[in-house]
Amino acid sequence: MAKKKFVVGCFDTEDTLFPAVKKVRTAGYKIQDVYTPFAVHGLDHALGMRETSLHTAGFIYGITGTTTAVSCISWIFTKDWPLDIGGKPHFALPAWIPIMFELTVLFAAVGMVLTFCYICQIAPFVKKHHFHPRATDDLFVMVIECTDKTNTQEAEMFLQNAGAVETKTEIAEDGWWIGRYDKDEMPFDKNLTLA
Amino acid sequence: MASIREQFEIPGKMKTWAYALISVGVLSFAIGLFTKGMGTEEERAIFLGTVMYNTIFWTLVCNASMFFLCATTMAWAGWPAAFRRIPEAISTMVPIFGTITLAVLLYAVFSHNHHIYHWSVDSVVANDPILKGKAGFLNVKFFTIWSILAVALWSFLGYRMRQLSSMADEAALGGMTGAAFIKQNTVRAATFLVWFGLTVGSTIPWLWLMSLDAHWYSTMYSWYNFASTFVSGMALVALWLIYMKNKGYMEYATNEHLHDVAKFMFAFSVFWTYLWFSQYMLIWYSNQPEETVYFKHRVQGAYKGIFFLNLIINFICPLIILMKRSAKRNYTLVTFMAVLIIFGHWIDYYQQVMGSISKEHVTLGWLDFGILSFFVGVMIFGVSKALASKPLVPKHHPFLKESIIHHT
Repeated sequence: MAKKKFVVGCFDTEDTLFPAVKKVRTAGYKIQDVYTPFAVHGLDHALGMRETSLHTAGFIYGITGTTTAVSCISWIFTKDWPLDIGGKPHFALPAWIPIMFELTVLFAAVGMVLTFCYICQIAPFVKKHHFHPRATDDLFVMVIECTDKTNTQEAEMFLQNAGAVETKTEIAEDGWWIGRYDKDEMPFDKNLTLA
Repeated sequence: MASIREQFEIPGKMKTWAYALISVGVLSFAIGLFTKGMGTEEERAIFLGTVMYNTIFWTLVCNASMFFLCATTMAWAGWPAAFRRIPEAISTMVPIFGTITLAVLLYAVFSHNHHIYHWSVDSVVANDPILKGKAGFLNVKFFTIWSILAVALWSFLGYRMRQLSSMADEAALGGMTGAAFIKQNTVRAATFLVWFGLTVGSTIPWLWLMSLDAHWYSTMYSWYNFASTFVSGMALVALWLIYMKNKGYMEYATNEHLHDVAKFMFAFSVFWTYLWFSQYMLIWYSNQPEETVYFKHRVQGAYKGIFFLNLIINFICPLIILMKRSAKRNYTLVTFMAVLIIFGHWIDYYQQVMGSISKEHVTLGWLDFGILSFFVGVMIFGVSKALASKPLVPKHHPFLKESIIHHT
């Protein structure tokens, strides 16, 4: 875990956000992430992020679920404990299909949720830094990651010119930590004095 | 606006193809009429059944595109606005195919051929307690009235939707505001959907198709048929969309729109399978003779091959081939899958109808493909005519902008 310096710009609407993202990227700043109150269509493309592989993972989990169901039921009903149920054959495929389907869905769903949590580094009691509380309400918050050479004042000016209604510079924890917001001290400097 | 091609001109090649297909169809109908249609009662039933499943299939498939428009209207979906003239044009075929269907069905009912509609023969019903019990619903009078009403109202309510859509070509929506236009559109779409639910969603497949096995019943049947025709309808829309794109029309419809249409093809293939399986499994599990009679000669008899081929074409293929995002945006793959899906559900209709009329022998042959080519020819001819008769873009449609910037 490392503390880093960030320049934060807050935008009112998507209409100003999209051109700003384009300008900031063209200017060569590295955008750490954009925090929005809701899923914004096309923002991932604008940020130049690659397509997610989550659905491929989901497919693999699903196949695993189907295989588990088939192998488990067929072993139980044909080898381990064959029962005569209504005179049906022991290998009664139509009757198994609902269970195969359910296990496929279960494995795919649970697997994808856990994978998603892992990728986004979210879990119970795991905390990450909020750059602006209103990112969960009505502000689109763009966070630029600074390097040693970044002039923060210049970056803030740049964001303001691009339409940001509020800008700030902070040093914050980049990764996650375990704790509780109401009890823990935030492991970042609230009142930063610029060097 | 100035740079887009609004007016579709029917290419000469398309007309030639349509005429050729129609002539092949008419020719095979004539040959079929003389070789089979004049023979014994059984042969006549096979001939009539062949024409019947083709015409019912194409009527319902073309009607499904109007269902698509109405359902998306009710969902306040804006994205189909850029290409909505295609489903509209396809739905103009409903009155034509519907009339052919009515002629064939009424002939089947009034000729009292017990190989087709067992229940239409009075002497049979009089000695049959099951058919007697169903007679309140399954009788010639109700069949006739309800069928005519169904086709007439599909045509009329569909026409009302298209008429309103044409207003979006003129400036200021024929004097209406955008909100009034959308409200009017919603009301008309809702009316169509109610009637659609009362017919395609329930009674029409019971009357037209399920009553071929007069003693058998399945509550899944209508939904199964709806899913079948809806997925084929979406495949037909995809085919026309790709054709128009390849000819350089429909500039506003992009890969995003094709992606969504292909999603419908994928999703409703799975939905169709869900109904197919639910119907099959419940009957397989309870194993009661009056229910299993439908599957007996399909699963274990002459229709075994077609029955399972049906499942492979309509479920396994779409599931595997259309699953990936890139596949749904690929013209070649979507075209291939659309043709395969339409063929698959046509085969499904074949086994639903002919599996009941000719139980011991699979009759699939030149006559089936000949009649099919007639309907494909008429469809190509009629849809291209309808597309050419209107601007391709509803310029003043309130949702057009939403459709142009559509992004999946």
